[in-house]
Amino acid sequence: MTQNALEIRNMNKAFGANSVLRGIDLDLPAGQITVLMGANGAGKSTLVKIMCGVQAADRGSMLLDGQAYAPDTPHAALRAGIVTVHQSINDGVVTDLDVASNLMLDRIAAGSGLFLRGAKLRAEAREIAKAVGLVATMTQPVALLSLADRQLVAIARALSHDPKILILDEPTSSLSDAEAQRLFTLLEGLRAKGVAILYISHRMSDIRRLADSILCMRDGVISGSFTQVPLDYSGAVRAMLGHEMTEVDITIPARGAPVLELSDLRLRAQSRPFDLTLHANEVVAVVGLVGSGKAQLANTLYGVARPVSGTMRLDGQSYTPKSPAQAIASKVFMAARDRRSNAVIPDFDIGRNFTLPFTRRHSGFADLISRKSEKTLAARMISEMGVKCQSHTDPILSLSGGNQQKVMVGRWMAEEARLLILDEPFQGVDIQARRDIGARIRAQSAGRATLVLVTELDEALEVADRIVVICEGSLKSDRPNREIDVASIMAEVADSPTEAVIERQGA
Amino acid sequence: MSVQTRLIDLAIRFGFLLLMAGLLVFFSISAPGFLSPHSAVFVFQSVAITGILALGVTATLVVGGFDLSIGAVATSALMLSAYVMVVWELSAGVAIALCLLMGAGVGLVNGLLIVKARVPDLLATLGMMFLLIGLQRIPTEGRSISTGMTLPDGTVARGTFSELFLMLGRHRIDFFIERLIPLSVIFLLVVALLVWVFLEFTRHGRLMYAIGSNAQAAQLAGVKVERYKIAAYMISGTLASFGGVLLAARLGRGDVASGTNLLLDAVAAALIGFAVLGAGKPNAFGTAIGALFVGVLLQGMTMMNAPYYTQDFIKGAVLVVALVFTFAFTARGSRGA
Repeated sequence: MTQNALEIRNMNKAFGANSVLRGIDLDLPAGQITVLMGANGAGKSTLVKIMCGVQAADRGSMLLDGQAYAPDTPHAALRAGIVTVHQSINDGVVTDLDVASNLMLDRIAAGSGLFLRGAKLRAEAREIAKAVGLVATMTQPVALLSLADRQLVAIARALSHDPKILILDEPTSSLSDAEAQRLFTLLEGLRAKGVAILYISHRMSDIRRLADSILCMRDGVISGSFTQVPLDYSGAVRAMLGHEMTEVDITIPARGAPVLELSDLRLRAQSRPFDLTLHANEVVAVVGLVGSGKAQLANTLYGVARPVSGTMRLDGQSYTPKSPAQAIASKVFMAARDRRSNAVIPDFDIGRNFTLPFTRRHSGFADLISRKSEKTLAARMISEMGVKCQSHTDPILSLSGGNQQKVMVGRWMAEEARLLILDEPFQGVDIQARRDIGARIRAQSAGRATLVLVTELDEALEVADRIVVICEGSLKSDRPNREIDVASIMAEVADSPTEAVIERQGA
Repeated sequence: MSVQTRLIDLAIRFGFLLLMAGLLVFFSISAPGFLSPHSAVFVFQSVAITGILALGVTATLVVGGFDLSIGAVATSALMLSAYVMVVWELSAGVAIALCLLMGAGVGLVNGLLIVKARVPDLLATLGMMFLLIGLQRIPTEGRSISTGMTLPDGTVARGTFSELFLMLGRHRIDFFIERLIPLSVIFLLVVALLVWVFLEFTRHGRLMYAIGSNAQAAQLAGVKVERYKIAAYMISGTLASFGGVLLAARLGRGDVASGTNLLLDAVAAALIGFAVLGAGKPNAFGTAIGALFVGVLLQGMTMMNAPYYTQDFIKGAVLVVALVFTFAFTARGSRGA
């Protein structure tokens, strides 16, 4: 039985009425790599923030090596031996300073004395760099290093504190394969030295390589804990994504003519090319984890990103949008993910948020906007989408998340689309709003092709006629939403080898 | 809504207008002659040029930018118009056209620096400000331009400001009283009306506000964000150069030392405008009121014999109070919740 470096008991945290952590129990054994999985909003980052002293828990206790542990600042956490490497690499380094200063930053910041002693500083820094296999000139500015080397600098600095616990948040998200391998070797070395490692990731290849155990979070609770070897990877994905099937009867309509035809499309330089055809009248859901290429697919179709290679045709015509404006001109609309940063105009009222993409429709002589025309549309959309508000002149931010999302989706339903893309339309939305939005999407799908990109399988099952799984930047499978074998889809989403699927189905 | 929150709401909406009304009453009582048509016209005239510049800055504030080069654009236009008429001996029409083109061109460069070269707006326009302040002095080796001056090459400039040009800055229109309203005041009112209608009622203005509120979301809704940003700086540059033309027409010479206060006064007017009617955002109506507010305050104080050197202090104090109104009390400040 290995000793636990950290034990968390009954941890709770709420932001206002929003309960983010609800009774978390978690053990981090020394000398093991524990993988933590969880979809967006599951509460992972809040948990990490509490562990590294950025936020305080409302309730619950932490024991570090058997001692009560409650850091009130990040610095206290660091002194106690808990070190975090954040997802955004540039958060961990000061790009304008040289390598040596970066490596010694914490000591410089904490140290006394007015002047820095360059030579001594560099000598110590060199020792630290050697420990992680970082090959770089100490006087080089970090800005000139590759992303992987910058991350090594951040990790090296973390390790110079002799951590008991190392937390890594999606550390491979911007690394190449070779760079990731170097990181894995480093982590395995640390594991052998007895460091407890908490590794947050969705990448199944990373997880298979490193995990000694897997914890899954969902809606603020630990929804699955896997410690038995061999680890049940698809079980872990299911625990992360959950599967509370809401019974929705999907009647698959007659397929219309092809609207969007993708052939040999390659989203990333190293990903496999794929084909996909979307037809009129049908709602197609693309299911994939964060980093699966889902967002890239949406961006490519909407003119925000360019495909590496391949062709796109819309209604038989070559389709190469260079900007959202061009995509919209071709009648391809997209309700973007993460509405707060990508969709909501916070200074506008509900009505103006509705009319934003199609102001031309509401303006006449000298491009003057007709308030009457705007008001008519806003009233129509408010009732169609079922937005709960007093009036269309209410500020958009006075609405709940679900109602805001109805406005963001409804914005694109006001005009006839050829292709409507909805990227994570159910993000941060309560179950009732989710059903309302799903019902609207289906009710108006006649005539156009609809593509819904989601992480959670039950959202796809509720809304789609066809379900496509995306993984590693390429499509894995494509099946009608009819008598779906949930387990096998889950396995595909998690990118498990087929044997695992067969084992599971046999069991 | 409780009585208290309703009172606070009223204070935010009408506080600034009430303050201005109070000032008007106060000055009318304590400064004899303040409440006369000529005094009112004087206030208007004193704010005409800064008001026009401030309306330009408002356009850049709406798209979430800022234009620090307006003062320098205006003084460049002042020097350019003088140079064109006095040294090149060309007509007033050519001088005005060249100035407006220069203003639009500077706005275009500002916009490109910000949008394409990704220089932060404050820095790009600050750089442009220094560049223009220097540039406008090179042709005359730092001297003011007037008829009869000796040029660097030894010749004497023989051109003159045409009557037509001077009219822009000096002509007064009969309005009940003979020669009451200066032409520049009419220009201010027209420009204010145009900018107000453009920003509040056209779809372009709507989209510019969307950009200022969330550029990323506007882009994803199909708004051509870069074009609108560049357009905003061009509006700002053009209006600033127009202000410079009016200044030249008022002064009748290319004075290198004038226009030093234009930038600060215009920026103050636009920022005070945030607080008017509790808008909490840049808006043309507020900007015009803001410019007027500063004008009334200074005119009143001058008539009460307050020394000239207290003016900047008063302007600064008004600005700070207005900013507190905007950010501490209105939606903009409490948006984080």
